[in-house]
Amino acid sequence: MKTIVLIGDPNVGKSVLFSRLTGVDVIASNYPGTTVDYSKGRITQRGEHMEVVDAPGTYSLEPTNKAEEVAVSLLDKADVIVNVIDATSLERCLILTLELLERRKPVVIALNMWDEAQHLGFTINVRKLENLLQVPVVPTVAITGEGVKKLVQRLDEARVSERPRLGGEDQVWAEVGHIVRKVQTVAHRHHTFRDRLVDATVKPGTGLLTAAVVLFALFWLVRLVGEGLIRYGVGPLFDLYRMPITVLSDWLGTGFLRDILIGTLIDGKVDFIQSMGILTTGLFVPLGMVLPYIIAFYLALALLEDSGYLPRLATVTDNVFHRLGLHGHGVIPVLLGLGCNVPGVLSARTLETRKQRFIAATLVSVTVPCMAQTAMIFGVLGHYGIHYIVLVFGTLSAVFVLLGLLLNRTTRGECPELFLDIPPYRRPSLLAVTKKTWMRVRWFLAEAVPFLFLGVLIVNILHAVGFLEHLARLMSPFMKVWFGLPGEAVPALLAGFLRKDLAVGMLVPLALTPEQLTIAVTILALYFPCVATFAVLLKELGVKDMLKAAAVMLLTALVVGGTLRIVLIGWAL
Amino acid sequence: MNGKPVTQLRQGELATVVALNGGCEFKRKLRSVGIKEGKTVRMVASHPFSGPLVVEVDGRQITLGRGMAQRIAVAQEQ
Repeated sequence: MKTIVLIGDPNVGKSVLFSRLTGVDVIASNYPGTTVDYSKGRITQRGEHMEVVDAPGTYSLEPTNKAEEVAVSLLDKADVIVNVIDATSLERCLILTLELLERRKPVVIALNMWDEAQHLGFTINVRKLENLLQVPVVPTVAITGEGVKKLVQRLDEARVSERPRLGGEDQVWAEVGHIVRKVQTVAHRHHTFRDRLVDATVKPGTGLLTAAVVLFALFWLVRLVGEGLIRYGVGPLFDLYRMPITVLSDWLGTGFLRDILIGTLIDGKVDFIQSMGILTTGLFVPLGMVLPYIIAFYLALALLEDSGYLPRLATVTDNVFHRLGLHGHGVIPVLLGLGCNVPGVLSARTLETRKQRFIAATLVSVTVPCMAQTAMIFGVLGHYGIHYIVLVFGTLSAVFVLLGLLLNRTTRGECPELFLDIPPYRRPSLLAVTKKTWMRVRWFLAEAVPFLFLGVLIVNILHAVGFLEHLARLMSPFMKVWFGLPGEAVPALLAGFLRKDLAVGMLVPLALTPEQLTIAVTILALYFPCVATFAVLLKELGVKDMLKAAAVMLLTALVVGGTLRIVLIGWAL
Repeated sequence: MNGKPVTQLRQGELATVVALNGGCEFKRKLRSVGIKEGKTVRMVASHPFSGPLVVEVDGRQITLGRGMAQRIAVAQEQ
């Protein structure tokens, strides 16, 4: 089977084109570095099956980070290269094109964002460009699908360019200039009021103000949508669900099966949070408490990603992140990590050095609570008053900064400067935003629900054999002295390794004071990532650095937990 | 036409790139986003405390660290 690889500069629309070609949904956004790994799909053209691979973006065939390394390594497997270029910045895209042509592999060029180029006053003579490059060039608008069919039809016209080889880089640059002058004319544009408004979002004063407003709006939107979904959506649904589940519970009577499916009755009734059965807590935590906020968060994130604001946010926050050993691009792992730590850690691949990747991955997995956890923290702590929640997140933010400063001092390696290509602002498309939100919600359901069932099952079994009680007794003195928590909180900390949301829920039956609850959820956030994040840390950092990160986590949890205990409860035992 | 670092431009000022003072990799990096000799750049924003700069080339904005920017020599028409 033939392999077709999509290669091009960052943020030219490869992933959108890939989805259009293969029907396989991949996350696409309006900022460079969205794709950090490859995806595969298939197309059939005239009865022939072909594999299509979406690669991360790269400016040249000399990779400068891990994501670009992935892109370049995919080239060797390619039978046909589809070089995606951005018609609005032809000149810079052609550098990679000329490098690719020298590889002597069959190439077809997708001249993407054709509509935007025309809108901005760029006229490109496609026929002339084809003649100069000696490979097919097809104008496309991946977002709407325009030209994609034509691109597929012309795939078998892909050919090895017979252009004479260029000697060295300087010749490549000269040649690019030469080609652009021949094929492109640009209508002169005046600086408009809109441009000035756009500029304001990257300037020091107005930029920070914009960032504050945008982030505030983001959280406001998440709360509004999340609470709305609970009040008018899943809340009433679970009220209806209570009836059949009570009937089932009565019918099952007592015994192991009821303990597993329904769990323990609280005051003679089913309690969706505390009962700890697969059909009660196992369903209610992921669907009734977490899912609404997952939907809300990913909706808000998709709007933010597709607007093109993120690189600007990276620019205005660079000063802060630079002191933590990262640079402005570190804001991306943090934002993604707020949804789920797994993509957060993965996106650290776009950072240039090992030191930066280590710091970003560690900071995200230690101090950034995922949405599942955040939703539960709001759920269990919310009715005691907002100040407890502010305390938890304030603590986590402070630890983020302090740990960053510390890791920056102690980790060997370099912190290169920020270097970012800022895309134009684009109006997010309703369809794209909905689709992206749905994809991420689907992942959550596929990952979280089975793990929650498993977690509930394991907790029940360990409870039945008396292991948890034994452990609670064993750890009780330490927990009391160090964190001011009862030994019974230990099973929750253990369950946190499987799912943090479940773990937070397990704290509810312990009848903790709000202060104890605050300490417990903060330790839960800090001490260890869930197993999924753990696996991705291992993959991205390697054994040695992963162990280092794990040590940092445990130490941080001990220090912060102990400090909070003294501040909130005092020294008294 | 005397070269000075692009960092010395004030917000909104235009200048022409005359030299990229650095190694191969540095030059490649900048040229790949369109910052190269002969191009007109516009200073969009310069962040305080040795923060990054935002310049515009060919209608596209690029954020770059101050250290990098100091090695881009530009000339302004009088």
